[in-house]
Amino acid sequence: MRPGLAAILIGLLAFAFASAPAGAVNPDEILDDPVLEERARDLSAGLRCLVCQNQSIDSSNAELARDLRLLVRERLVKGDSDDEIRAYVVARYGDFVLLRPPLKPETYFLWFGPVLILALGALGVAFYLRRRPAAAVGGPKPLDQGERARLARLLDDKDGSAPKS
Amino acid sequence: MTEPAKDRAKTGTTARQLAYLAPILVFVVMSGYFLWGLDPGRNPRELPSVMIDKPAPEFTAGPLAGIAVPGLATADLRTGQVSLVNVFASWCIPCRAEHPLLMDLARREEVSIFGLNYKNKPEEARAWLEELGNPYTRIGTDENGRIGIDWGVTGVPETFVIDGSGHIRYRHWGPIDKDALERTILPLIEELRG
Repeated sequence: MRPGLAAILIGLLAFAFASAPAGAVNPDEILDDPVLEERARDLSAGLRCLVCQNQSIDSSNAELARDLRLLVRERLVKGDSDDEIRAYVVARYGDFVLLRPPLKPETYFLWFGPVLILALGALGVAFYLRRRPAAAVGGPKPLDQGERARLARLLDDKDGSAPKS
Repeated sequence: MTEPAKDRAKTGTTARQLAYLAPILVFVVMSGYFLWGLDPGRNPRELPSVMIDKPAPEFTAGPLAGIAVPGLATADLRTGQVSLVNVFASWCIPCRAEHPLLMDLARREEVSIFGLNYKNKPEEARAWLEELGNPYTRIGTDENGRIGIDWGVTGVPETFVIDGSGHIRYRHWGPIDKDALERTILPLIEELRG
């Protein structure tokens, strides 16, 4: 490989890796305490941006997402636990703000629905398979004498010409 | 055929008939969801507010500088009068669309309209009110959007209907139009007053 091309490739790779984890967090938002900042990043990744709706506030550039990121950090500095911060945001925006829906009676169908549907499908397949052998138990009817004779003739017919009968 | 055998045969057929109905049932249920999803009147970005029937959050929003309109605080919503809290900003284009309706409502003097000026430079908010008129009897400023977050605001404009005891009864998401005003907001105000 020519050195110039290698340099370009390395440059591109470095760019790809450097830009991936940056998200939307601006330098001025980052906390001095790396432990708190880490918690802030984790929390933000699980909170939905209410403007874009399919992005976390950690990766969204929306104004409201930035406000919420700052709010999360402010409360972390004040000594709130992760659960307290989540509860604070949920109290204002509802469960929808959590990218991972909580497990509670309203969401049982969401969480267990797929298992239920799988179980129903398995049940259906089980019924189908249990019924089918019953029809197949007799198996194909044995050949009668005429058919056996014809089969023997066909097997003996080595020259491959069409059978006469 | 003996009696029990006959019964068994009968239930067997009913079960089979029901099994044939199952796909139709599934189809009907799914069609229902599809229709709901395709409804042009539904805005999937609009989230139900969790603040409904809860007391308005505690806040004190200072007045807009350079204008003779008092600020807004939670106590102003507990005066026994039904009120509207309209979150607005001069940079918000849909706010401009709903503004004439608010002006109209203010002229009728049926309900006090309070404004929450969301993340707006005071001079720009002032210029906006001078150009379009001021329907608000109180304007609180929310410079950093913190009060908005406490109200669960996701965008501007949003309008809250507050009953006399300071509880949030309704939230209108997006600009108010004539339809929403006449079919939902005004009847609700009437009901809360009654």
